[in-house]
Amino acid sequence: MTLAGRWLVAVLLVSCPFVVEMWLGRGWLRILDFALLSVLLALGLNIVVGYAGLLDLGFIAFFGVGAYVYALLGSPQFGWHWPLWLVLPLGAMVAASFGVALGWPTLGLRGDYLAIVTMGFGEIIRIFLNNLNAPVNITNGPQGITLIDPLHLGHWSFSRAHTILGWQVSSLTGTYFLFLGFVLAAVLLSGRLEHSRIGRAWMAIREDELAAASMGLDTRRLKLLAFAMGACFGGVSGGLFAGFQGFVSPESFTLQESVMILCMVVLGGMGNLRGVVVGALLLALLPELLRPVGHWQVRWLGQVWLDPAALRLFLFGVALVILMRWRPEGLFPSRARAREWHRP
Amino acid sequence: MVTLLQQLLNGLTLGCLYALVALGYTLVYGILELINFAHGDLVMVGALVSLSVLRWALGWGWPMWAALLLALIVAMSVCAVLGVALERLAYRPLRHAPKLAPLITAIGLSMVLEQGASLIWGRGYLTFPDVGLAHPWEWGGVVVTTMQGVIVMGSLTLLGGLLVLVQRTALGRAMRATAQNPMAAQWLGINTDRVILTAFLLGAVLAAVAGLLIGMYYQVAHYTMGFMVGLKAFTAAVLGGIGNLPGAVLGGLLLGLLEALGAGYLGDWTGGWLGSNYKDVFAFAMLILVLIFHPSGLLGRHAPEKV
Repeated sequence: MTLAGRWLVAVLLVSCPFVVEMWLGRGWLRILDFALLSVLLALGLNIVVGYAGLLDLGFIAFFGVGAYVYALLGSPQFGWHWPLWLVLPLGAMVAASFGVALGWPTLGLRGDYLAIVTMGFGEIIRIFLNNLNAPVNITNGPQGITLIDPLHLGHWSFSRAHTILGWQVSSLTGTYFLFLGFVLAAVLLSGRLEHSRIGRAWMAIREDELAAASMGLDTRRLKLLAFAMGACFGGVSGGLFAGFQGFVSPESFTLQESVMILCMVVLGGMGNLRGVVVGALLLALLPELLRPVGHWQVRWLGQVWLDPAALRLFLFGVALVILMRWRPEGLFPSRARAREWHRP
Repeated sequence: MVTLLQQLLNGLTLGCLYALVALGYTLVYGILELINFAHGDLVMVGALVSLSVLRWALGWGWPMWAALLLALIVAMSVCAVLGVALERLAYRPLRHAPKLAPLITAIGLSMVLEQGASLIWGRGYLTFPDVGLAHPWEWGGVVVTTMQGVIVMGSLTLLGGLLVLVQRTALGRAMRATAQNPMAAQWLGINTDRVILTAFLLGAVLAAVAGLLIGMYYQVAHYTMGFMVGLKAFTAAVLGGIGNLPGAVLGGLLLGLLEALGAGYLGDWTGGWLGSNYKDVFAFAMLILVLIFHPSGLLGRHAPEKV
């Protein structure tokens, strides 16, 4: 990117929340904040699926673990109110250790087996979150945990409006910049990783694990590292989600969410940062555009014929199938990845 | 002792159902090395279609046996068409693509089937019409319903029929040849495309039967029911050795028994820590353990990675 291009992007990113809030309203800014969390998640999964080529269908579990770590350490559930700078890294670490716990036994599994096992793992985590309210109440079961501490650093709370240099900055705008900071850090980190020794080793494993191993790469450790790194991103994103929403329940961590994140990574172009970011934003924002489908049906057809939520997911499924058929490398693929998909 | 026998019987019923679905996974996997994620959703379609047909037919005052027969036929046809369509439209074009592509396609198809079903049948739980097979037979405290008998007999017959088909007929020989080496099979004049299509078709028909039986047994159907059934059946297929037909049956029966016993005794063994609400965890843990320690399953043969 040229220098002018970089400046343009920077100006766009900074002005975005103000413009959105002014023209589209608070609802859309909130959606944008959640979209940034999705980007963070997609970047995490991109490390596992995009770089290392390990198909993980239970990725949302790490998000859930991060969210529950934050929720348990910062809510009336146990009466603990730990600070953000302590809880987030802790959540990331716990998620990473779950990542290793998942990766360790499954090191020898090939693509489709791995997909099923990770899917099972995700469900196991969800079932435990759902049932760990008896005999000792830890997660509060299906009701979830409420009244979670809002995101705050010291006395600076992100759930309140602040006045900076005479500008009124709403809580959602503040949160936007907090999340944007995390996303930028994740992009930077992923970008550096991609071109590092580790990143190239991951891609070698993705293209041909046997060949990579015979070139002397320690594939076991590298795959575990990919799982742990990806889980870390998921854990951080989960913590931010819990603090932002103020409420977590096992409902938010179903297989459907895992599939959605996978769609983001696949749609944009696995292994390509720009593609993943765009894919995540597209999939996080498009469904919101489809929300009024119910209204349109009432207006033109007299009643709601097709449930909008189901229709949305139905179209997603169709899109996935079509994408795999005609453009399996995604909309914005990395060059190396595109070559792999179109090998003769 | 009575509880044990009762749980064993319940497990046997459950196991037969798992085995029916597991055969669908194993048939396709044995030939294509593809996990057809959407297979569990075919079971769901089978259950919902037969529910609608049953309600319609009973509403018109058809006798029960005729209504059931009609439901079975319609469900089998719908699932067969769907199964064949999945293969032709989605999987066949990707036969030589990287492994990840058909897998993601399968996830997409599963979403399409589930959400399509929710568009047609709605998002609520639907009650299956009572087909009047709940008559309990009791021997010394152990209760068996006619339904359980029908399920066990019906599935064992189908399983036996399928085994004969694969082991004794020309079609079965073609299937086995294609599984061993598709290219060589083609050279010998076998239409491998048709064989693969047949595998999908057979799997889909079995899924339809399983859907009807599961619906009748639990008396409830829902558009997401395919996920859990599919995952458990896949576990069963892996447990027995994926690609191996008798293995799928053995795996299904074992998983059903384990689950029933787990649901019955887990609470007692762990002093109330883990109740029957963890029975799904049981199946997943089982799957993970098998894959780690003996990935080729009980009856499967070890397949070294092709370079």
